[in-house]
Amino acid sequence: MTQFLQQLINGLSLGSIYALIALGYTMVYGIIKLINFAHGDIYMLGAYIGFICTAQLGMGFFSALITAMALCALIGVVIERIAYKPLRNATRITALITAIGVSYFLEASTQKVMGTGVKTFPQVLANQKIMLGGVMITTQQIAIFVITIVLMLLLQYIVRKTKVGRAMRAVSVDADAARLMGVNVDMTISYTFAIGSALAGAAGVLVGLYYNSINPLMGMLPGVKAFIAAVFGGIGIIPGAMFGGFFIGIVETLVSGYGSSLYKDAVVYIILIIILVVKPAGLLGKNVKEKV
Amino acid sequence: MLKITDLSVHYGVIQALKGVSLEVREKEIVALIGANGAGKTTLLHAISGLLKKSGGEIEFLGQPMTKKNARDIVKAGITQVPEGRRIFPDMSVAENLQMGAYLRKDKAGIERDLESVYQRFPRLAERKKQLAGTLSGGEQQMLAMGRALMAKPKLLLLDEPSMGLSPLLVKEIFSIIQDINAQGTTVLLVEQNAKMALGIADRAYVLETGSVVLSGTGAELAASEDIKKAYLGG
Repeated sequence: MTQFLQQLINGLSLGSIYALIALGYTMVYGIIKLINFAHGDIYMLGAYIGFICTAQLGMGFFSALITAMALCALIGVVIERIAYKPLRNATRITALITAIGVSYFLEASTQKVMGTGVKTFPQVLANQKIMLGGVMITTQQIAIFVITIVLMLLLQYIVRKTKVGRAMRAVSVDADAARLMGVNVDMTISYTFAIGSALAGAAGVLVGLYYNSINPLMGMLPGVKAFIAAVFGGIGIIPGAMFGGFFIGIVETLVSGYGSSLYKDAVVYIILIIILVVKPAGLLGKNVKEKV
Repeated sequence: MLKITDLSVHYGVIQALKGVSLEVREKEIVALIGANGAGKTTLLHAISGLLKKSGGEIEFLGQPMTKKNARDIVKAGITQVPEGRRIFPDMSVAENLQMGAYLRKDKAGIERDLESVYQRFPRLAERKKQLAGTLSGGEQQMLAMGRALMAKPKLLLLDEPSMGLSPLLVKEIFSIIQDINAQGTTVLLVEQNAKMALGIADRAYVLETGSVVLSGTGAELAASEDIKKAYLGG
């Protein structure tokens, strides 16, 4: 039981990271039906920005977090404007291939500028161990979890209660109807990219803190897993991405804890296959019926 | 108020509108009738700025609108209730109405208009918190109209408001349209239900394969033999 609780705690930290990345996938998909395969690399850039802020500029953790989120938001918006906007009316496969191209571009540029090797992320947040009846929780794990929850609540507030959020929801179901209300669709799409990328940037800083090491290709695998998390929860559905992220993170740590860490990735892919066979719309997804 | 001169719209190589000219005067109800594919919806989308025009001019209240985008056209005072209602199904009734007021900043005015929409459509007031997708067809049409009124339009474009509704509801919707008009909003009404549309219209235009083929007062067109044969079933 202790072991199970311990893995659950570890899983929640990993799941927080996946959930933050998955939110960006799902929001972008929701609004322009694009699987933004460069999204994992935004997360990597977030980690690097956090690294530069803390290790090289000597900033504190929270200012590094905010800086990484702001810069990632900007990068996300610029990528959308340059790479995806011209393809708004192109076939979906064209945009998808472009996204893969952007992903390689970001990885190679980071390798060029920052070097291909691993960088050590400084310990900018105190990491005390707290023992709770045989289960060990670190203050970093608590910080990761709390920051994730705060960001999720903030996101839910923006999407549910603000004008921008309403515009985002309107564009995602019917862009032309939103236009008829006077919504600036391009601007709304930019906001979506900004928010999704900021969340990925936050995840990047948190993961740097948690694992201490970052590298230019670190976005690939978590990117794919966060994508699976988004599909698992129902792509385009925000609570689905949150749930999917935590679920995938917990499953992964449980598999490493009880079985073998060799299989942790395989299990995640198996989950993807099962969900695609059993409920392709995702756990929280509705089977969309076309009304005529 | 609205003056369209020689308007053309192409979908690729297909010409959907071939030099349409028409006019809507202040306080009028103008009906645009015609068969499926005549170009009625295309014309409304062109007015609302959802489609690129390949030729011609649109003028509203003396201002050129031809090159304006959808947002500026709403700002200028033209709001559309689109065909098939196009309400936002995952939003509540209240949120849909708020979307209608998207470009407005006068909070007090928005509140006032919200109240008057609820008064005009008591069924929407009862369902404020309900998701719009769960409303019946008639209620959705009312919501789409209420949403458009929230923009405080000077000119209201209505695309097939009777579509898919029972005869009783169609009557109700049409009397609401007359009422909205009586309170000072000019209306351009696109309808396949020519009989109902000509019944309330001051003037009407008949569109056939992208061109205006007939125009006149509602009563004139309703009495015309050609119209009777083609659109009124006898």
